[in-house]
Amino acid sequence: MFQNVLVWTVQNVLFPLAVPVFLLMGVPVAVWLERRGAAFIQDRVGPNRVTLFGFRNAGLLQPIADALKLLVKEDFIPARADKFLYFLAPACAMIPALLTFAVIPFGDTLQLGGHSIRLQVADLNVGLLFIFAVASLGVYGIVLGGWASDNKYTLMGGLRSSAQMISYEISMGLSIIGILILFESIRLNEIVRMQGELLFGFLPCWGIVVQPLGFLLFFVAALAETNRIPFDLPEAEAEIVAGYHLEYSSFKFSMFFMAEYVNMLVASGLMVSLFLGGWQFPGLSTETLISLLSLSWLGVSLAWLGPVLTACFQVGVFVAKIWFMMWLFVWLRWTLPRFRYDQLMALGWRVLLPLALLNLMITAVVFVIMVQWGVH
Amino acid sequence: MTDEIARTLQEKFGDAVTPVDGFRGETSFTVDADRIKAVSRFLAERRDNAFDLLEDICGVDYPDREKRFETVYHLYSLRGKKRIRLRVPLNADHPVLPSVAGIWKAADWFEREAFDQYGIRFQGHPNLRRILNHEAFVGHPLRKDYPITRRHKLAAPTNFGWEEPAEARTGDGEFTVLNIGPAHPTMHGTLRILARLQGETILQAIPEIGYLHRGFEKTAEQLTYQQVIPLTDRLNYVSAMMNNVGYAMAVEKLLDLAIPKRGQYIRVIICELSRIIDHLVCIAANLVDLGALTPYWYCFRDREYVYDLLEALCGARLTTSYTRIGSHAHDLPEGWVERCRQVIRERIPRSIDEVEKLITHNRIFVDRTQGVGGISAQEALNFGFTGPCLRACGIPFDLRAAEPYYDYDKFDFDIPVGNNGDTYDRYLVRMEEMRQSLRIVEQALDGLPEGPHKAADRRVVLPEKERVYTRFGALVGHTKLILDGILPPPGQVYTATEAANGVLGFYIVSDGTKHPYRIKVRPPCFAIYQALARLTEGNMLADLIAIVGSLNIIAGELDR
Repeated sequence: MFQNVLVWTVQNVLFPLAVPVFLLMGVPVAVWLERRGAAFIQDRVGPNRVTLFGFRNAGLLQPIADALKLLVKEDFIPARADKFLYFLAPACAMIPALLTFAVIPFGDTLQLGGHSIRLQVADLNVGLLFIFAVASLGVYGIVLGGWASDNKYTLMGGLRSSAQMISYEISMGLSIIGILILFESIRLNEIVRMQGELLFGFLPCWGIVVQPLGFLLFFVAALAETNRIPFDLPEAEAEIVAGYHLEYSSFKFSMFFMAEYVNMLVASGLMVSLFLGGWQFPGLSTETLISLLSLSWLGVSLAWLGPVLTACFQVGVFVAKIWFMMWLFVWLRWTLPRFRYDQLMALGWRVLLPLALLNLMITAVVFVIMVQWGVH
Repeated sequence: MTDEIARTLQEKFGDAVTPVDGFRGETSFTVDADRIKAVSRFLAERRDNAFDLLEDICGVDYPDREKRFETVYHLYSLRGKKRIRLRVPLNADHPVLPSVAGIWKAADWFEREAFDQYGIRFQGHPNLRRILNHEAFVGHPLRKDYPITRRHKLAAPTNFGWEEPAEARTGDGEFTVLNIGPAHPTMHGTLRILARLQGETILQAIPEIGYLHRGFEKTAEQLTYQQVIPLTDRLNYVSAMMNNVGYAMAVEKLLDLAIPKRGQYIRVIICELSRIIDHLVCIAANLVDLGALTPYWYCFRDREYVYDLLEALCGARLTTSYTRIGSHAHDLPEGWVERCRQVIRERIPRSIDEVEKLITHNRIFVDRTQGVGGISAQEALNFGFTGPCLRACGIPFDLRAAEPYYDYDKFDFDIPVGNNGDTYDRYLVRMEEMRQSLRIVEQALDGLPEGPHKAADRRVVLPEKERVYTRFGALVGHTKLILDGILPPPGQVYTATEAANGVLGFYIVSDGTKHPYRIKVRPPCFAIYQALARLTEGNMLADLIAIVGSLNIIAGELDR
């Protein structure tokens, strides 16, 4: 009885609270990665001055200092801003970003003493559709922020962003359908689990292997959805001076700021789950891991040790892959220039969309053929 | 050619045109106010060696004369490699003359400046408003009777009377007025552009300048010739030494003073180093505006090495004040030549290569800059473009080759030229010019002669410190020079150097006293920036940013 209650609490109370917290804790790390990564690429050092007890900690404390600074800043509101929308916009940006992570699995189901704990906040039967639905709401935050600030620059940022995000959502959705066809499921934890199989005996059946074009398209669309260079027109500093979050300061600005990094984390999580095998480590299935990590070969016999350590390992693998994708985001930002508005739209509608459709058709044809031959 | 021009002018215009004696070998004519337009048209549209480049128009105030004002035109013929000056005397009570903006588009802003500073009115000018001083300014500050300490306050900035129509949200008359600057990340310096936008497309973009107008020319009239040198640093502040050299060259021409070879080579080296750092800034800033944030750091990293050299040379990175009239602050310190060689062989080529690899063939960059802000060679020349912006249009005009000074004709270098005059070509021209400047510096370092760097003229150049402290004559000479200043003979000169942005001209009028009577700086980007409206019409807002960045507008030089 107690165990049931505990399991229920962990699954339905702890995880929904812990996952957003971990996402938000990931933001300072993302900021650190961005700034030190930028400095590394630009042949300089980056922030390394914030010290704690005399230790610089490689600048890891800098984002904490930044957050503190943002919190104590004056929180002003433009005189003619639409107050309700002005306050609503940052929330509208942040909440969908956090919500989207609900269906992303960060480990295999934990089997402990007859109970199963799913390492996922919500195992919805609509799976991926939930992500696309909720992520689209994030556009509102930007558009509302741009409009409510009573500033032509922010308005332009909001307009550009809404057009950009809507255009690229289509390609993003279409590029995934190939994966859905091949893995015959829309639930993310099943997709991740199926990526543990091996093709031709040695190649892990990761999404990127069976759908390389899909990965590329999804990656480009994700860059556009998260407003990262080369698609950072909505916040192009040189042109519209920070765009939609220009008139925000202090906590509301930090909401926008964090929402952007959370979006990046979520997009990375999605790409990792769909294309890079999620929490799968190639060659080490869950069973193997449990038997390895139960340390029975060391003479330890704790029933819960194996599964728990396996879960930790898988979460670690998942996190490592996410940070690899985040590094790609950062790397691209500091290497490429940004698109102009019409070039961006042309890319979204005239290049990505046809390619996504092409990918879809080829995948469908190949799949049907494979089914006919009884391969899959 | 001078005689030929004089002859044809006299034949055609008779008494309206009178040659003035060729002080320091320059060709000048006095022209009557009512014939200036006809004379200009004749000179601009000549079949052989047309004077197609209008370099400068300025006013000078001679309150003691019967005809108080004088409008001075400097024209240059690219093919004939010849410069002439036209002087139009005007009455104090009726300083009006026809505008030549219909012949050279370059005249637009130069005439506005003459109007702003002197009150000289140009009939037929499309837009005769103040340009450097603000619109609430009363009076004409460069007139001799205007006290330098009088100021006027401006309550609100101008919007050119543009109002958004009441129905701005509906119908196809819909447009937004967007104010860009002067405090804006992309406006390099204090530039302001008022843009009429329809969505993201620019219907009209009008620049407003003068936010950094510090009264260089008025101030210079109160100082001695040496005291003006630190002011010249602040003109084009990203390549400060080129302004020092340009000014020193002008005063030395006024004095008919030649500096020894070593001094000349030193000036060549520092000019080319300054050209390199100027182009590095332009490219870095332009790329930052386009979103490529990394090449900025590569450019500025190597700019630091050049700054270290300049600091070793004169103690300052930007406010160098290195040249003196007839000499320099110091000779090259020990080991400077080796350090310089190291910088130009190892450091700078590395950053140019890295930026090249990242950017030049990057599809996004090419899409953003090719075909953006293009202008034909003919029109560019008519606007008064010089420097990399003109060479990007296809005209290989470089004063270092056309009117070589300081032995530039002995150095082996190429002049890079573009095709379309668009942003991409301007970028490429600047990149290649940096490589050519490296070649010149290398050759100058190799050929650097030994010997003195200062001219041996006691009336101009300070004596050596050892002599000042040991010889009475030198002490007296030093004191006299500091107290009385340099006394050039009365006359006028105009010299031009090929600065990083184009032709940087100094027009100096001397009345024989220790104060310059009039100094007019011909800033290269003044002529270029007035073409902005033409370059950006029909393009998108993002293109405006790319174009302004590629023109390399330095506010210090633009506004003085």
